[in-house]
Amino acid sequence: MSAMHRRAFLAGTAATAAMAAAAPYVHAQKKGGTLKFVPHADLKILDPVWTTAYITRNHGYMIYDMLFAPDADIRMQPQMVDKYTASADKRKWSFTLRDGLKWHDGQPVTAEDCVLSIKRFAARDAVGQLMAKSLGKLAPTDKKTFVLELETPFGLVLESLGKASASPCVIMPARVAATDPNEQIKDFTGSGPYKFVKDEWQPGNKVIYVANKDYVPRKETPSGGAGAKRVFVDRVEWHYIPDQATAAAALEAGEVDFWENPPIDFVPRLEKNTGLVVFATDPKGNLGTVRPNSLHPPFNNKKARQALLYMVNQQEYLQAVIGNPKYGRPCPSIFICGGPFETAGGAPKQDLEKAKRLLKESGYDGRPIVILDPTDSPFAHAPALVTAESLKKIGGVVDIQAMDWSTMVARRAKKEPPAQGGWNIFHTWTTAFDIVNPAVNAFINSSGDKAWFGWPSSEPMEKLRTEWVREPDAAKQKKLAEQIQLLAYDEVPHVSWGQFIAPSAFRKNVQGVLQFGATILWNIQV
Amino acid sequence: MLPLVLRRIMATIPVMGVVALTVFALLHLTPGDPAQLIAGDYATPQDIAKIRTTLGLDKPLLTQAGIWLSNVLRGDLGTSIYSGLPVTTLIAQRVGPTVALTLLAMVISVALAVPLGVLAAWRQGSWIDRVIMIASVSGFSMPVFWLGFLLVWVFSIWLGALPVQGYQPLAEGPWQFLRHLVLPAATLSLIYMALIARMTRASMLGVLGEDYVRTAFAKGLPPRRVLLGHALKAASLPVVTIIGVGFALLIGGAVVTESVFALPGIGRLTVDAIVRRDYPVIQGVILIVSGVYVLLNLVVDMLYVFLDPRIRY
Repeated sequence: MSAMHRRAFLAGTAATAAMAAAAPYVHAQKKGGTLKFVPHADLKILDPVWTTAYITRNHGYMIYDMLFAPDADIRMQPQMVDKYTASADKRKWSFTLRDGLKWHDGQPVTAEDCVLSIKRFAARDAVGQLMAKSLGKLAPTDKKTFVLELETPFGLVLESLGKASASPCVIMPARVAATDPNEQIKDFTGSGPYKFVKDEWQPGNKVIYVANKDYVPRKETPSGGAGAKRVFVDRVEWHYIPDQATAAAALEAGEVDFWENPPIDFVPRLEKNTGLVVFATDPKGNLGTVRPNSLHPPFNNKKARQALLYMVNQQEYLQAVIGNPKYGRPCPSIFICGGPFETAGGAPKQDLEKAKRLLKESGYDGRPIVILDPTDSPFAHAPALVTAESLKKIGGVVDIQAMDWSTMVARRAKKEPPAQGGWNIFHTWTTAFDIVNPAVNAFINSSGDKAWFGWPSSEPMEKLRTEWVREPDAAKQKKLAEQIQLLAYDEVPHVSWGQFIAPSAFRKNVQGVLQFGATILWNIQV
Repeated sequence: MLPLVLRRIMATIPVMGVVALTVFALLHLTPGDPAQLIAGDYATPQDIAKIRTTLGLDKPLLTQAGIWLSNVLRGDLGTSIYSGLPVTTLIAQRVGPTVALTLLAMVISVALAVPLGVLAAWRQGSWIDRVIMIASVSGFSMPVFWLGFLLVWVFSIWLGALPVQGYQPLAEGPWQFLRHLVLPAATLSLIYMALIARMTRASMLGVLGEDYVRTAFAKGLPPRRVLLGHALKAASLPVVTIIGVGFALLIGGAVVTESVFALPGIGRLTVDAIVRRDYPVIQGVILIVSGVYVLLNLVVDMLYVFLDPRIRY
């Protein structure tokens, strides 16, 4: 990245961070009113454990609470937990809940609720399943305390209990958490800062939440998802506005207060409006990826995947996809820049001649490389076009196939050869929380058939990831993460095309917006 | 007439059945897997397979079709794969805005277009006729979304007189109800105004040449009485047909207008369901809309009897 662009990106995030640091936690609170919020998608599924959809995760944050939560530095802080202990070998844990925690129906939150909620989460979530494999005992000892004992080492106990995305470990009443993990819950009682008003829910139109007056927030200053979750508004309305020009007009006209993710090309106009604030609610942002299919030629050959690595110039992709240097920057770390496992080790610079040579050495026979191109998704469509052109420069023959996102989601699951309905490359992106460490990072999961779409297979990678998951020492985890990155740049299960921020926009009367990797709407005044 | 009405109602059932099966087949032939979409990006193949089983999507197509049809015959249109809400509930939530938008758009269209069409026919060849026809060609040539955004910019952003988007039910106050519907109804009505004006003009021109109309003028009847009392009634059959067809099409949802103005209508419900492959919702909406379409055609046919005494069934 050029020094000028890096400065612009850092200046942009520093300015927004400064604004956040100055204003989020206001002592003289203005109470009441309704926050009208435009979410990035329509909320249709209400069970954040059953699905990994981000919109459902955000809904979960509204009505549920969590045992732990990551702060602004992605360090786990107690949330529902008052105190906890861990044995020296980190195999025996005890957690005691805070006083005053109640469900929306007025019943107290108990340790039993927590135990069943953790079990349901662990049955569905990938990291939860890793924890479940090591688990020996998970049981309440009294109404407010439960113990967790591991049969084998597992270094991510707090990270699992405070997992922020894509399925967070939210706590539900025992009767609800007892729902079969393969079925959606039907009771939306939570203990979080807001209550869901199901009778007013209209899928495709609006979702209504009201303040939970009985919520007892922590006393600490809010930081990321941790700290005090104070609610100052009476009501939050999510208005799903499918057309982006309409959403922009509604924000400018004051009909809505907060737009979660305006398209990047709308941002300059919103920035010029003196009644609005454009703000990076998630300063760590997202990582875009080029995902090759490791099952079929040419990318079943490591050299062909390495060719992709030397082909990609993140600056070019960011220019095409994001355009504005304030909101995008190259990032050499597969665990996102700004995260706790950020490392630049092994990251190559673009070298088209080397890429060409590697593709040839892989035995590439000139067959068309099928690229899935979902034209309705800007963060997947634009990179597809750049990849197509770049592949041609290194001698690849390209078959770029346009489709909608839904079709791509179905197509990428096919393991058939590309000529029989399969694929060679697709593009996607993910938030920082979902790649921040080797356990959650689905892109480097190299368990072959059990891996994420693309199905890379690498025993050394899986060995390192298992070692990392079992390692409770933070310094050793960091070293292992560096080794994993070096191996990832050799095996190339995917290639990152850059780190970018999708800013939010809100009216100036909206105060107290917090920065976090998921959208959170407490602490806000209107 | 009653036997005709009953026969037509009975005929609706096989029509809806054919529509339902055709849509079912087309949906399942379209690429896309709702189980994948529901599960989200980081679900495992095992999770997706379990969702597919829970939703019954792993059953053979004929079995799925049979189950769905047998439920429909019992009045159960199924539940949304995503929200778990009954399809009938989802449609009921959306029918209010769609009917309101349709009624207002058609009232505006008919109220303006019929007089303009009559005037254009009466003043055929004059500058009035030419202005009206140029305006009607412009009306149905304008893209709906462009017109919608233009109206938003003028009336909502620049003048600040009307809201940009959203829907307020009538129960929450007639004034806000109308304020939120004026711009979308005006956007939609322009196309229908253009069509109805042209059809009215063409039909009136045919009737104005008839002997009885010439006789009426010759006998000294005022032009308004001749035009509106005699000629318009005779010319109204094709116009009523266009209005009926327009009404039926709008009931199915005006998805572009609904998207531009964020109206939670049937059109958006259908498109959202298609994008997400929410099969029960798509099937349910199309079934209901096809039934409504057929019944509206029946109503139009019944109206012919009142408009033209020569027609007897």
